[in-house]
Amino acid sequence: MTTTPEPPVSDASAMTSAPSGGSGVHVIDGDHLLSLRAITKDFGPVQALKHVDLDIPAGQVTALIGDNGAGKSVLIKTISGIYPPSSGQIIWKGREVHAHAPRDSSELGIATVYQDLALCDNLDIVQNMYLGREETKFGQLDEIKMELATKDLLKDLAVSTVKSVRQLVSSLSGGQRQAIAVARAVMRDSELVIMDEPTAALGVSQTAQVLQLVRRLADRGIAVLLISHNLNDVFSVADRIAVMHLGTLVSQGPIINYDTASAVEMITTGASSRVPSTPSVVD
Amino acid sequence: MKQFRRLWQGESGLGPILIGLIALVVYFQIRNSVFLSAGNITNLFIQSTIFILLGMAEIWVLLMGDIDLSIGFSAGIGGAIAVILTSTQHHWPFWIALPLALVGCTLISIIFGTIVIRLRLPSFIVTLAGQIGLAGVLLFLIDSQGNSGGSLPVQEKVLYNLVNGNFTPVTTWIMIMAAVGLLSVLILRSDRRRRTAGLEDRPMWLAIVKVALLVGAGVALALIFDTNRSTFTTLDGMPFAIPIDVGVLAAGTYILTKTKIGRYIYAIGGNTEAARRAGINVNRYRLMAFAFSGFTTGVAGLLYVSRLNGISTGIEGGTYVLYAVAAAVIGGTSLFGGRGKMIHAVIGGLVIAIIDNGMALINVSASGLEMVTALVLLAAVVVDALARRGSTTNG
Repeated sequence: MTTTPEPPVSDASAMTSAPSGGSGVHVIDGDHLLSLRAITKDFGPVQALKHVDLDIPAGQVTALIGDNGAGKSVLIKTISGIYPPSSGQIIWKGREVHAHAPRDSSELGIATVYQDLALCDNLDIVQNMYLGREETKFGQLDEIKMELATKDLLKDLAVSTVKSVRQLVSSLSGGQRQAIAVARAVMRDSELVIMDEPTAALGVSQTAQVLQLVRRLADRGIAVLLISHNLNDVFSVADRIAVMHLGTLVSQGPIINYDTASAVEMITTGASSRVPSTPSVVD
Repeated sequence: MKQFRRLWQGESGLGPILIGLIALVVYFQIRNSVFLSAGNITNLFIQSTIFILLGMAEIWVLLMGDIDLSIGFSAGIGGAIAVILTSTQHHWPFWIALPLALVGCTLISIIFGTIVIRLRLPSFIVTLAGQIGLAGVLLFLIDSQGNSGGSLPVQEKVLYNLVNGNFTPVTTWIMIMAAVGLLSVLILRSDRRRRTAGLEDRPMWLAIVKVALLVGAGVALALIFDTNRSTFTTLDGMPFAIPIDVGVLAAGTYILTKTKIGRYIYAIGGNTEAARRAGINVNRYRLMAFAFSGFTTGVAGLLYVSRLNGISTGIEGGTYVLYAVAAAVIGGTSLFGGRGKMIHAVIGGLVIAIIDNGMALINVSASGLEMVTALVLLAAVVVDALARRGSTTNG
């Protein structure tokens, strides 16, 4: 992982974050926790991402929406280091970074919660929370320390339905598993938590649980990037929206500038008569 | 009551199989009271050694969702190396020959493991080929010593004594009580540490009961071993093989429960992709598990030739490995990875030896013996599956 000094900001690459007409406000890259500039990802002849510009501020929930195949999953895998971008820059806290493996991005403070949660069913909550970064004392696992820290964190995040941190993850409900996966991201002092369709398989009350947790994360100053198909969830929890269509990021901004109808229009057609698209960089 | 139920299931489902084991013991004792004589019990432990050790070797691999069908013949090769090097013909000292045998078996497992991991092949096929190939290697080794008639005897004292030698009765008491004492201290200390840290989920009486059971078992074992088990001479004391088994059990259990290596092996077996995403070097730990398996196989091989007083071409390496898998599964290890403990091999190995031993005492034919063993294996898997189905929730 390497860092280079902050790149100069020019008119062509500045993003507008205010809507309706005109050029709006210039946003300096350093203002946002994470900024993507002209990110392109090719898989052979297929261009999965085309010059994506995206800003993610700390302390807010940014919802990434788009149809199947729009490139949302590829984008988050690019951020997390699974797919290094074919071109473009990733700017983290004002400096350019390059992630070549998942470990790189988690060292930066970016945690990803995938759709399959990546939990080990045969291990308990504490063991899953610390997987890959166990606490040791004299070369031996420090179970007591890890158990206490897990209990504290779950209490902090108000995950109250879990009875014992020593129960196997296989015995938890879908919402509880999701909460554990999220708590694991928080425990790593993550500053950006990316969540891929966290409520896709959940029922009504479990969805509410998870969305409350997402809100609590943002309130702690953590940036959340939430991929979701469910516009109800998006409009109930997000502060910002970013819309993707066929590999390009067609619009982003504060949520008050969007409504369900315009969001659906942008997802399906890539443009909306109500919200102007963000100008894309032409090379 | 609910707490009791949680303990029952919590102790890795050992409850049902322990009941089965006790039932078997009671049954055979009723049919032939020689069963629980001091001599026969000691004999039982010796008989079970090969199943226990090969079972433990197999568990290392099973935990990751793999299987190793070659360990039967690999053990044979390890034993053959020890026998050949220490024979009167080559006369190597035991402290070179025996470790070399262990290294040999470890290397065999590492080679198969590397093929499985690097070429991404199913371990079943690779180790099946290994089993067939190693059978040939073993034949070659034995025949290379010229005119052996198909078998080579143990000609060295230490190798012979591994299984056939005994500690003195006094030493037996000292060793057993020391082990019990150490374990009790560890149990009580761990319990107290949890209590002072504020984790109060385990009742105090549980630790005390565990210690009491340990002391009781220790005293019982010492008395059994120290009873003279020969009618025409004095034969008493704990066989050397017992602390060897316990040592391997302790080392394996320690690695699996108290180190990162063990944690990662369980994780890889439970959800390999999750382990990878957590930054764990999956290939490295898979290879380590194969290596631990190989080392354990080597110990099994040494004890095996010691018990049989030699190595022969008639060794049933294929059958032994299947019994090793059976021992692991009867004890509670899953064939699909992620679930199992070293102690499972001990329980499973004892069950298999009990059936073997008991059936012989009540004069059951070999066919009856095999059918009963099969039924027990099936019953163990059924009970385990039912118990597990009750403890996971749906959705």
